[in-house]
Amino acid sequence: MKQEYTITVYTENQVGLLVRIAIIFSRRKINIESINSSPSEFESISRFTLVIQETEDVIKKVARQIEKQVEVLKVYYNTNDEIVWQELALYKVSTDEIAEKVQVERLLRQYGARAVAIRKDYTIFETTGHREETQRLIDFLSPYGLIEFVRSARVAIIKASSGFHDKLKEFEAAEPGEEAVENEYLGKREELFTM
Amino acid sequence: MNLVNSILDIEEQILIKPDATPKAPAKEPGKLSGSQAVLEAFIAEGVDTIFGYPGGAIMPIYDALYDYHDKLKHILVRHEQGGIHAAQGFARASGRVGVVFATSGPGATNLVTGLADAMIDSTPLVCITGQVYAHLLGTDAFQEVDVINITTPITKWNYQVTDASEIPTVLAKAFHIAKTGRPGPVLIDITKNAQLDKFAYSGYKRCDHIRSYRPKPVVRKEFIEEAAQLINEAQRPFVLWGQGVILGKAEKEFKAFIEKSGIPAAWTILGASAIPTDHPLNVGMLGMHGNYGPNVLTNDCDVLIAIGMRFDDRVTGRLDKYAKQAKVVHLDIDPSEIDKNVKSTVGVWGDCKETLPILTQLVEARQHPEWLQRFNEHKQIEEDTVIRKELNPEGEKLTMGEVINVINELTGGNAIMVTDVGQHQMVTCRYAKFNQSKSNITSGGAGTMGFGLPAAIGAKFGAPERTVIAIIGDGGIQMTIQELGTIMQTEVDVKIVILNNEFLGMVRQWQQLFHDKRYSFVDITSPDYIMVAKGYGVEGQKVSARADLQNAIKTMLDHDGSYLLEVMVGKEDNVFPMVPQGCSVSEIRLS
Repeated sequence: MKQEYTITVYTENQVGLLVRIAIIFSRRKINIESINSSPSEFESISRFTLVIQETEDVIKKVARQIEKQVEVLKVYYNTNDEIVWQELALYKVSTDEIAEKVQVERLLRQYGARAVAIRKDYTIFETTGHREETQRLIDFLSPYGLIEFVRSARVAIIKASSGFHDKLKEFEAAEPGEEAVENEYLGKREELFTM
Repeated sequence: MNLVNSILDIEEQILIKPDATPKAPAKEPGKLSGSQAVLEAFIAEGVDTIFGYPGGAIMPIYDALYDYHDKLKHILVRHEQGGIHAAQGFARASGRVGVVFATSGPGATNLVTGLADAMIDSTPLVCITGQVYAHLLGTDAFQEVDVINITTPITKWNYQVTDASEIPTVLAKAFHIAKTGRPGPVLIDITKNAQLDKFAYSGYKRCDHIRSYRPKPVVRKEFIEEAAQLINEAQRPFVLWGQGVILGKAEKEFKAFIEKSGIPAAWTILGASAIPTDHPLNVGMLGMHGNYGPNVLTNDCDVLIAIGMRFDDRVTGRLDKYAKQAKVVHLDIDPSEIDKNVKSTVGVWGDCKETLPILTQLVEARQHPEWLQRFNEHKQIEEDTVIRKELNPEGEKLTMGEVINVINELTGGNAIMVTDVGQHQMVTCRYAKFNQSKSNITSGGAGTMGFGLPAAIGAKFGAPERTVIAIIGDGGIQMTIQELGTIMQTEVDVKIVILNNEFLGMVRQWQQLFHDKRYSFVDITSPDYIMVAKGYGVEGQKVSARADLQNAIKTMLDHDGSYLLEVMVGKEDNVFPMVPQGCSVSEIRLS
């Protein structure tokens, strides 16, 4: 059964790695619903967060293909209940329109929005949250003429993760220890497949 | 193109960057040019042979090579594709890393087929491509092609160097990545300024660790114990082995394992020759044109032990009817192969050089005479229906099989057999006799026509003490026939056998069997190969009568230097047995 998975990839900060990861999906004609690249808890290590709709079987194979890339340190995949995630959305509307027809305090309270810029001709609101939450504000603002809208990729923290600190030490050691062969996403029996 | 290229290159210097005049780098203490650093890296890595073709953007490296010709042998090929296939042949015959030079743009794109081939067949290569000056990147400069992005899906690793000082560490990484773990091709694209610039050189340090790369997994004994238990409980265990055994240099360990456990073993075409053909437990070839027994009995065994192979669709046939009754043990160094096509009961991730001895220790010494007898019965059926008439035909026309058979008799199975792709390839893999490892060099996963001739040249440089015989069809030879020029110039000793059936035979066979004999564009004509060879200074002859075959092959083998033998074979002969596409291995056809 297809469902939404969030894939977290720790990589070296290297030109070209985005392509290496992206083509693993495009080769299999899998759509990437959202992709984010950012620093991680380590300066030199990047963290990619991807959202994919697929079956677990496919996700597992794809995760292994990503982890096989030389400059990828670690890949995790998680279902939505295993992570805490946010997306950020920006909405640009006409200031006149909004000031005249909308109870702005209600909007701010009810949708958890913030006004990040107020000019004579336009106002920009911001919300963060899950897709449904940012979507609700679009639905609300649309009748008043939404000039521009943009939503960021998902960023996610894995609830069960204790971070990458210990793991990185193992990776940097010439001989891998037992810690380096832990891998949650493949389940107990398949622990040996991790790097 | 080269002349134009170099003129343009000079213009480029004058018009675009007047301050960067390339000239032979003068010796400055402690300083090396990027080009010199590349060659120093090769020497430190034990490289002695390079296959390449010069051009504008790699001229500084070729200029430096001029001073290294006593330490590095450069083989000038006739096309970059020939260069990379030769490097593949070199790597496969020698077990070392193959090295290739090509210039930017078309030079680099001509490597693409070879990279794809090396990637899927796990061949360790380091390819160096020249690239335009860093300041010209992205300007559509002359012979600028985005080589890194073109080659990303078909390289194990690739990297663009824009600064000379990066070269020692990048090349150290390149060799480490190419040859460790599951080997593969690495491409390093070096901009011209990085080849020319001098930098303070502090020596070459080999790379043995990259933190994001774990080529050698920790062996987890508990999984090997589970595997051993399955094997010990098995009544009809069956081993499938692939090239992993050869790449892991684990032929001895593998032989010890099957001999102690007494398990019949069959091979993929890339695994062929890891143990001798006549080993009593070697039950033959897997796959679409493999032997009858190994295919049929795959669906009868109770434990299937796959070692260093990847369950390619040409081996498994229809996957949902493949070994469904069996428990599967899969040993592989690449974790992404385990459970990729065939779900394993026990996966053993590791280097088979390490895992096999542990497994051998844990399995009971057994014999499986009744089970082995089943293989012999199937072998007899195949012998009666297919093999006898292929090797001892009653018809007037020669068969491909009898050519291979005569070669076996005359070489005793000691030659390296290099093939191209098609019917002749399947026939060679089926009937060639191998006494030692690394003797079957063929394009497996990619099925690259045109591979044979250049790969044979490379194989001879990789194993000069051995006889190298290239078996090539009349289609494939015409794809890379220009490499006769490389043979002419280097005087390398390669025996070329063209099995000419005046058809693109494998496609014709499929058209006959599955497309109502609608022979669509498979009737290929040939030049006078003997005359062509003669033009390149290569001796040869053509035979079509059985009475002449033995002598012709003997003449070829006894000839001092390269020789081309064209053998006319039956036009519409088919390769059997055959597992038709979409069918289960047990539905293999004998005719």
